[in-house]
Amino acid sequence: MKRLLRRQACLLDFTLSSLARRPGKNLGLLLVYGLIVFLLASVMLFTDALRSEARQVLARSPEIILQRVVAGRHALIPAGYLERMGRIRGVTARHGRLWGYFYDPAVQANYTLLVPRNRRIADGEIVVGAGIARTRGLDRGDFLTLRGSDGTARSFRVAERLEGESELVSSDLILLSEADFRAFFGVPEGLYTDLVLTVRNPRELRKVAEKLTLRLPDTRPILRDEILRTYDAIFGWRQGIVFVLLAGAILAFVIFAWDKASGLSAEERREIGILKAVGWETSDVIRMKFWEGAVISLSAFLLGYLAAYAHVFYTSAALFEPVLKGWAVLYPEFRPLPRVDGLQLATLFFFTVFPYTLATIVPIWRAATTDPDQVMR
Amino acid sequence: MRPSARFALFIGLLTTLLSLSLLDAGLRGGDAGDRIARMRRQVEALELTDLALFTEARYTRNPTQADWFTPFQDHPMALEHFPSGSLLQPPALLRRPR
Amino acid sequence: MNGAPAMEVIRLQQVKKAFNQGRPNEFWAIRGVDLELEPGRITVLKGPSGSGKTTLLSMIGCLSRPTSGRILLGDRILSGLPERFMTEERRRTFGFIFQQFNLIKGLTALDNVMLPGCPLGGDHRALRQRARELLGRFGLEDRAASRVEWLSGGEAQRTAIARALINQPRCLIADEPTANLDSRLSEAFMEIVAGLREQGMTVLLTSHDPLVYDAPVVDRVVAMHDGRVVD
Repeated sequence: MKRLLRRQACLLDFTLSSLARRPGKNLGLLLVYGLIVFLLASVMLFTDALRSEARQVLARSPEIILQRVVAGRHALIPAGYLERMGRIRGVTARHGRLWGYFYDPAVQANYTLLVPRNRRIADGEIVVGAGIARTRGLDRGDFLTLRGSDGTARSFRVAERLEGESELVSSDLILLSEADFRAFFGVPEGLYTDLVLTVRNPRELRKVAEKLTLRLPDTRPILRDEILRTYDAIFGWRQGIVFVLLAGAILAFVIFAWDKASGLSAEERREIGILKAVGWETSDVIRMKFWEGAVISLSAFLLGYLAAYAHVFYTSAALFEPVLKGWAVLYPEFRPLPRVDGLQLATLFFFTVFPYTLATIVPIWRAATTDPDQVMR
Repeated sequence: MRPSARFALFIGLLTTLLSLSLLDAGLRGGDAGDRIARMRRQVEALELTDLALFTEARYTRNPTQADWFTPFQDHPMALEHFPSGSLLQPPALLRRPR
Repeated sequence: MNGAPAMEVIRLQQVKKAFNQGRPNEFWAIRGVDLELEPGRITVLKGPSGSGKTTLLSMIGCLSRPTSGRILLGDRILSGLPERFMTEERRRTFGFIFQQFNLIKGLTALDNVMLPGCPLGGDHRALRQRARELLGRFGLEDRAASRVEWLSGGEAQRTAIARALINQPRCLIADEPTANLDSRLSEAFMEIVAGLREQGMTVLLTSHDPLVYDAPVVDRVVAMHDGRVVD
């Protein structure tokens, strides 16, 4: 055992000294390799963190949302639908929800106006999300003037700002009273944006949704599961897009690395001949080459991953936030929860370290099995 | 010091950092559980359904609440998430006629 | 050297070697050699280029196998050994000095000397110490940390000798050792060889340099021509 370790250490010594012969080239290789790992790992960590955050946070969003669809488009739903749907087993509460979008030309941003049900807001007052407060420079007591659907400008007093912590879900929100909402958008009494149904038993969700579509054929129920799944898909997809964008760079690197790792120069061939002539076994030569691949790829993997971790969780993935999150004027400020998925890390390890190490060993096999007496010729 | 010893030290250091990152993820992730809980309460209270990441249009602000026919939406049941809807099929469950 | 078991006699029986056998450019480099090499002696294989002396040397040194015939070390047959054991012999029994020295460029003299000891898995510090001692013995202690391409011809050769001796072989094999040296350095080389013989080492050289085969320390000269021994 000791002997084996010593032997490996000695081979590693040789490999490192031999890598140090071309410091520029090999450091450059390490850098590019590390950069690739860094980009892949950043995308991976970031999207995974975001996905898990969405899953956790939205776990408490409404179980079922019922939209009315008119001519294929989302339309206001009459309060009467609450009675029309009748008693459905499993539904413990139902009520109308009022919310809508408002485009503010002053900052070219979309706000989401929402009437909270569990909270009273006085007429003429609003509660604003941190993103809006930041963009419009609003604080408690300030007034925000918006032009309503009838063309008249209305001023609202900012009663409160939503805490910054929850920006990820509330950055663009304006909370206001029902009366203000209806007046501002011109939504008549008795109409809601959509209906919210509370179903305590998740196993009854499907049944409830089926009954709803039967009894109210012009509506579409949206289940919480679907919402969560959509988010999984979105981030999966955005991750995919970035991977596609990166694919070109990765391919270029693969070609470069393959060439570098697998191409055996005449000089290297001669060196292998010398090593064999002075008593190295074929397996020693292969082990030495294995170390060469392992040194580069393992270092690149570790450096790349660590840089990505710092990048994503300590600088909020500053480099490609825009690509991953889409663009938004009211961009939420948030730092994703640090989260590392062991399986993903293993996958990254497998796909970055193994191919390169293999590429260094494969050609050597051929060279190492050639006769050592070539050095005499 | 021998090159191999130096390398072992280097890799050891990086591996330690890697373990620390896992530890950090575990710890800070745990700490932030409060934050998640508060956000979850807010989501529940305001009956929110979506992240405020993409606010540029209604079919992206609330991708799950979009119309059946919104721009770039290729399938009525594809809950739109621009522009991915054009590349991604809706879940098989939804494509089954009901 | 000290402590190493005594070298046995090397016997070659009807050794033949063909290159590109069975192809149109088939070429017989060695056409039947019978030879007995006494241990503890300096033997020189002499002959014009193409006479097969290097081929013969590489077969004796277990770098290649004869096409037919046998090579024995004592009563062991070297020529039929599997690759692993051939390597083992190269490592333990023989030390090689090549015509081009074949040092590995970019590495230091010390690293080069330590190379053959690497796969043995011995104590690293001891190996390094031995390499330093060998370099010191040849007056290279202050060149140990220099890259080999910065060494002069004579220094490079002495480094190569040190490398050949690192595993304490019983037989030193040198192919045209003076081909790249001037006469002063050639004489210095023969002095070193003489010193090694003093210590009981078997030395096997090829050369067509009279400075080598006419040197007084040489015990035996084997003349070769066209793959045969012409005594």
